[in-house]
Amino acid sequence: MTTSLPLFLGSLLLLPLLAGLIPKVKAFLTGKKGPPLLIKYYTLIKLLAKGSVYSTSTTFVFRAAPVVVPAVYLTALLFLPLAGMPPVLSFSGDIILIFYLFALGRFFTICAALDTASPFEGMGTSREAFFSVLSEATVFMVLFLFCRLSSSLELAGFFTGSKAINLSRPEAGLLLLVVVAMFIVLLTENARVPVDDPATHLELTMIHEVMILDHSGPDLALLELGAWCKLYFYAVFVANILLPGQVSPAGLRIMAFLGSLLLIYAVIGVVESVTARYKMPMVPKFILTSFAFAFFAAILTLEWAR
Amino acid sequence: MDNFLPITNGCAIPRKELPILEFPHFRDSLLASTAANGNIVQFFGYEENGTATLLAVIRKGYDLSAAQCAMPKEFPSLTAENWKFNLFEREIAEQFGIRPLHHPWFKPVRYHANWRGAPDVFGADYQTDIPGLYDYFRVEGEHIHEVAVGPVHAGIIEPGHFRFQCFGEKVLHLEIQLGYQHRGVERLLPTLPFKRLPIVVEGIAGDTTIGNSLCFAQAVESLSSLKVPDPARVVRTIALELERLACHVGDLGALSGDVAFNPPAAYYGRLRGEFLNLLVVLAGNRFGKGLVRPGGVTKIPTPDNVALLRDKIKEVRPEIIQVADLLFSAHSVQARFEGCGRVDRATAEAVGLVGVAGRASGLDYDAREFFPTEKYKMMSPCSYNRKRGGVYSRAWVRYEEICHSLNLAEDLLGTIPEGDLPFPDPNWRLAPDSFVVTVNEPWRGELSHCLLTDAQGKILRYKVKDPSFHNWTGLALALRNQEISDFPLNNKSFNLSYCGFDL
Repeated sequence: MTTSLPLFLGSLLLLPLLAGLIPKVKAFLTGKKGPPLLIKYYTLIKLLAKGSVYSTSTTFVFRAAPVVVPAVYLTALLFLPLAGMPPVLSFSGDIILIFYLFALGRFFTICAALDTASPFEGMGTSREAFFSVLSEATVFMVLFLFCRLSSSLELAGFFTGSKAINLSRPEAGLLLLVVVAMFIVLLTENARVPVDDPATHLELTMIHEVMILDHSGPDLALLELGAWCKLYFYAVFVANILLPGQVSPAGLRIMAFLGSLLLIYAVIGVVESVTARYKMPMVPKFILTSFAFAFFAAILTLEWAR
Repeated sequence: MDNFLPITNGCAIPRKELPILEFPHFRDSLLASTAANGNIVQFFGYEENGTATLLAVIRKGYDLSAAQCAMPKEFPSLTAENWKFNLFEREIAEQFGIRPLHHPWFKPVRYHANWRGAPDVFGADYQTDIPGLYDYFRVEGEHIHEVAVGPVHAGIIEPGHFRFQCFGEKVLHLEIQLGYQHRGVERLLPTLPFKRLPIVVEGIAGDTTIGNSLCFAQAVESLSSLKVPDPARVVRTIALELERLACHVGDLGALSGDVAFNPPAAYYGRLRGEFLNLLVVLAGNRFGKGLVRPGGVTKIPTPDNVALLRDKIKEVRPEIIQVADLLFSAHSVQARFEGCGRVDRATAEAVGLVGVAGRASGLDYDAREFFPTEKYKMMSPCSYNRKRGGVYSRAWVRYEEICHSLNLAEDLLGTIPEGDLPFPDPNWRLAPDSFVVTVNEPWRGELSHCLLTDAQGKILRYKVKDPSFHNWTGLALALRNQEISDFPLNNKSFNLSYCGFDL
């Protein structure tokens, strides 16, 4: 608790930097200089200094989303063990709460988008709802597996203590399948290529971006903050699995954790540079692939878990 | 077609030589010709001393022919028999307030009151400023939803309204409504002093500056018997090719960007800039403004500049090829391009597609080859290996044309002689009572200007027809039964002009 609170606060300060790393990697791989690493801090300050514009056709639902979304994801981060340290908050069964908090955040984003009555946002919500239902299947399959491996129902039990799930365990090879599966979920949930294109301006092809098209100023800043938290959550989830065991001095462990975290953000940038977006009907197949990975990992580790 | 007069691209003839037919004959000939692989180059109305006339220019194979007829108050629609006439007929109805009877989809093209002050045939009063206040084609049913896009878009593109009828993500029907950039070009041009004409013509569509000024210059040269020195013709041809290169390269980059494949988007974005910079060397302007003038060109490149152009082309050619390899061999790109937005050959023929889109569907019409002007007589035709009519074919046709244009430009650069040319004399006069039609192939496809002069040698009617006037229909058809999320990709693969259409 004493070490995890500073880690949590430190993470919050680092969120915009990590999010700014992806465009930098993309720019580097396309031979450009790209935006400055601190771009997201500037964006945040710029948006917070602006006023918000509200369509006359929207109601309080539209204004609720920017409050609920970052609150939900910040709460979820409190339960997340960082660098193998115990999290700020934890109780048995918190994993259920966390993923339903995510669903709550999504529910409010979707309602806010539908509230604008824009046909684009309607299409965006329909895609978002469909794809996140599919990725939820993978997430719960992974949770099922992790419960069995660590005999625990809390995130803290998954990633801390003697039964922590990471690559030092005997079933590390199969855990790599989970890493791939969770990385696919990460790409889906955070509207990254090849599922969605965060850089596009084409309303008809967007999924997540179109849903927040009508938000502006501080509202948009809060939604962006929520999105960075969500990306960070999934990246940490994967990074925790990638840790090579409980490295003993805490300093070294934090370095290893940060290293794998940076690696994940960089890989997102690389994926976005080497592949085009999938055609929309291909996306469900892509997400279900992650389910297949998680499913096989679960089946094949039953032996160890027993 | 026997009653149509064969004419030559860019050769003025006295207007009295144009046959004047009775409307039934005129109509039957047009329908017979368009049914047998004839295509409309121009079909418009003009008015002189209170009598209005319809004029049509038809191309069939390598032949152009023209005829006219007195404009009836109303007439049985030709569109009902052949879809190629759709926009032409609606345009005539909008400009002259006459009614094609039984037109299957009778709507304004650009939303303005007619030129003659006749009662409006569309029942609009034009008091409100927004075009598009009319019904769109609707598909009805419980699960059908309608998506309206534009005229204001999220990106920096021109304004146009797109109305989709969708079943889930699938597009059943797309209707495209333009007119938001109507500036009244055709009405403006005849009123201007001749010295201003070249400048206004360059602004008809900024991305086709060379194409439009070339059509204009050829028409004026023919009407005023100006002689164009051979080096000037070479420079104009190179300029048209550089315009094509810049636009095609930019389009390939944009197509790549639309599927979120970043490296080619970045590289082609830069390479497009290289070609625009070459146009600066040639013309002094990135879009080639101020270069082509009736009677020649304003600048002839110095030997140093010719060497610079040649070196640059040599330098960028391997880069273009390498990036194209990356783009066309990436599986994720192939998965997006292949089979997306197909327009088969029969459909392309039926709606009369031209240019890149037409050639990607297997039509072999290239105005550079069929009606050569400038130095195109010595051009070896470009060969096309992908003719399946989808996004992939439209991208691949562009790539092949890029390679072809690079060779062409390089060959032509070798034929520019040293020495300066006199500045073209801007004080030209037009032959009275004459008619000329010019056809060129800028990067989008067949562009045609038509000029009619009155008894005093003033411009009686200036008609501009952009290739987009044919091809917007192709885009609407390409989208049928496609994913709505693929619309931007299809739109980019056609990359049609809004301002060239709206005039």
